[in-house]
Amino acid sequence: MKYLTEYRDAGIARSLIDRIKRTATRPWTLMEVCGGQTHTIVRQGLDELLEGAIEMIHGPGCPVCVTPLEQIDKALTLAARPDVIFTSFGDMLRVPGSDCDLQQVRARGGNVRVVYSPLDALDLARRNPDREVVFFAVGFETTAPANAMAVWRARELGVKNFSVLVSHVTVPPAISAIMESPDNRVQGFLAAGHVCAVMGWTEYELLAAKYRVPIVVTGFEPLDILEGMLMAVEQLEKRTHVVENQYVRSVRREGTPAARLRVEEVFELADRKWRGIGEIPMSGLKLRAEFSEYDAESKFGLGDIRVSEPVECHAGEVLTGKLKPPRCPAFGTRCTPERPLGALMVSAEGACAAYYHLAKYRDEPAETRAAS
Amino acid sequence: MTTSPLKLVCPTPSLLNDRVQLGHGSGGKMSAALFRDHFLPAFANDALLRLGDGAVVNVGGVDVVVSTDTFVVSPLEFPGGNIGSLAVHGSLNDVAMMGARPVLLATGYVLEEGFSLETLDRIVRSMGDAARLAGVPIVAGDTKVVERGKADGLYINTTCVAVADAELSPSPERARAGDAVIISAPIGRHGMAIMAAREGLAFETTITSDSACLTGLVDRLRTERIDAHVLRDPTRGGVASALNEIAASSCVGIELDESELPVPDDVRAACEVLGLDPLYVANEGVLIAIVDERDAERALRALHAHPLGATARRIGRVTASHPRVVSLRTGLGGMRIVDLLPGDQLPRIC
Repeated sequence: MKYLTEYRDAGIARSLIDRIKRTATRPWTLMEVCGGQTHTIVRQGLDELLEGAIEMIHGPGCPVCVTPLEQIDKALTLAARPDVIFTSFGDMLRVPGSDCDLQQVRARGGNVRVVYSPLDALDLARRNPDREVVFFAVGFETTAPANAMAVWRARELGVKNFSVLVSHVTVPPAISAIMESPDNRVQGFLAAGHVCAVMGWTEYELLAAKYRVPIVVTGFEPLDILEGMLMAVEQLEKRTHVVENQYVRSVRREGTPAARLRVEEVFELADRKWRGIGEIPMSGLKLRAEFSEYDAESKFGLGDIRVSEPVECHAGEVLTGKLKPPRCPAFGTRCTPERPLGALMVSAEGACAAYYHLAKYRDEPAETRAAS
Repeated sequence: MTTSPLKLVCPTPSLLNDRVQLGHGSGGKMSAALFRDHFLPAFANDALLRLGDGAVVNVGGVDVVVSTDTFVVSPLEFPGGNIGSLAVHGSLNDVAMMGARPVLLATGYVLEEGFSLETLDRIVRSMGDAARLAGVPIVAGDTKVVERGKADGLYINTTCVAVADAELSPSPERARAGDAVIISAPIGRHGMAIMAAREGLAFETTITSDSACLTGLVDRLRTERIDAHVLRDPTRGGVASALNEIAASSCVGIELDESELPVPDDVRAACEVLGLDPLYVANEGVLIAIVDERDAERALRALHAHPLGATARRIGRVTASHPRVVSLRTGLGGMRIVDLLPGDQLPRIC
């Protein structure tokens, strides 16, 4: 298929893998920032093919995984209200809150709908003027422009029964937090191509210089990721630490100015909690005061909901690469894909779920691996 | 991190899973658990305990196969078929996968008050056409009407009665290490056609459902006297779920080659956009046959002779290693697990 198959060519992949192995004089530890990249790495078995040359730590760039319990609980509260139609991207539906998830709220009568775009949620609000439509605005800089656009359009059209539950986070503060953590093992980053398609990479130039760490803006297809890995390894071997762009077909240094402007018009930087990691200063987005009437938290008075993460979920240590999932005491026993303690066990690209399935393949029951 | 004594609870504070959820109908782990924990204990009997697509009961010296299925598809009409043709094909396919010869169909309908009779006519006409084409009469029917809002237009139940064939007795437990895994047609068409037709998903595609009666394909294998160890139509949950069930029932591993999987370009494109895996997307006119390696070429030739099997191909093999696990050799040579999904496949954000 055009624009897809050419980035999945097995022959080119093999030659890239050979080049990475020849270039690496020692094993290097890289982090892919984005959950979409984790998905490709796990689905294609790239980590296995590069064993010995590169260890990949799966980064915090999965919006499902880093949305804090508190925001999930707020979503559940809203979704249970009889006057609300709660709309969300599909993969948020199974993320466990304190007591249940959105699917279970739906089973109990909550009106929860999957949409593919926040603008679809806005349309739903226009078609249902007697209901309050709330969109769960999660994600990184990638989803921020569309979410900003929905709010901006709502104001333009004078739609009053639409609001967003914002849980937006941004990548650069997370990279800082990882690099500043005392037991950090990450030596190079594959930055998230689609985040950079919106934001460009000027912010990353500061990070690369400050932490002396190579950062390669990387795409999502197997060949993108392998090429990004090779570029990072070449930098590590040469001891350079600059930002390079592998994803040239989508990303320019300045990003997409029109999208950035719309995001800046609607959102401003704010402190945000990350699931399992805690609060990172100025690491997220909130609606600007002039758009506050579209803020579901103030509209429905959710500010009082404060929840702490379950102590047994070690998501933070996994997300920062300190703990391999099978070493988690709850792994495979009290935490499974059917009954997850945290979001990392929920989606196929969550690191815990990936290891859970791997354990099964290696003919070792997850339970014994966890205990080992 | 901020902590406070306020503990948020859901509207009905009780057990985590005290209600039926949509995932219980997805054909995955939740469906299996629903049946095992809630139905099986109440109904337990020998025929049911075999857990096949249908039950086999001996009636006056003849092994009779009975299978029932209920259809709740939305939208009711979609490119390539409608709930009526789907209901006929679905029930016939269930017994065909047991190697049985269908004899008759019985049907039941739940109609919502206000449902268009014109639409109903179109749907039952296509049921009649599908049944005639398969040479199996619809001999009984029952209708109930419920108040407006109590059903989504029309639900159909079909029951098929068939006669077992002693010469052809495929079963999910009969896959053996070394067997070839064959698929009759490209995958993912039905599920993606439904998703594209469903309101609210604004993408245009030309995908049509593959809904078809598979008895003709099975008859080809019968005529060629091929001992199919397992036959399966990978409907809900797709090829991945069907093969997982077979791997578990036969206590074998199944290894697929990604490069051999027949995924049409339009299905792959729609799946890419929506973040879905075609291996988990429903099919309604696809047959998986697991046969002895020595019979594989003959089976492929037999399937190729039928229009529905013209592009039949091998997609993998049964292994003794990794019992109960379905794995996939990726196009790049890596390995990944193709696990049962806990519930519905959910579209991803990124």
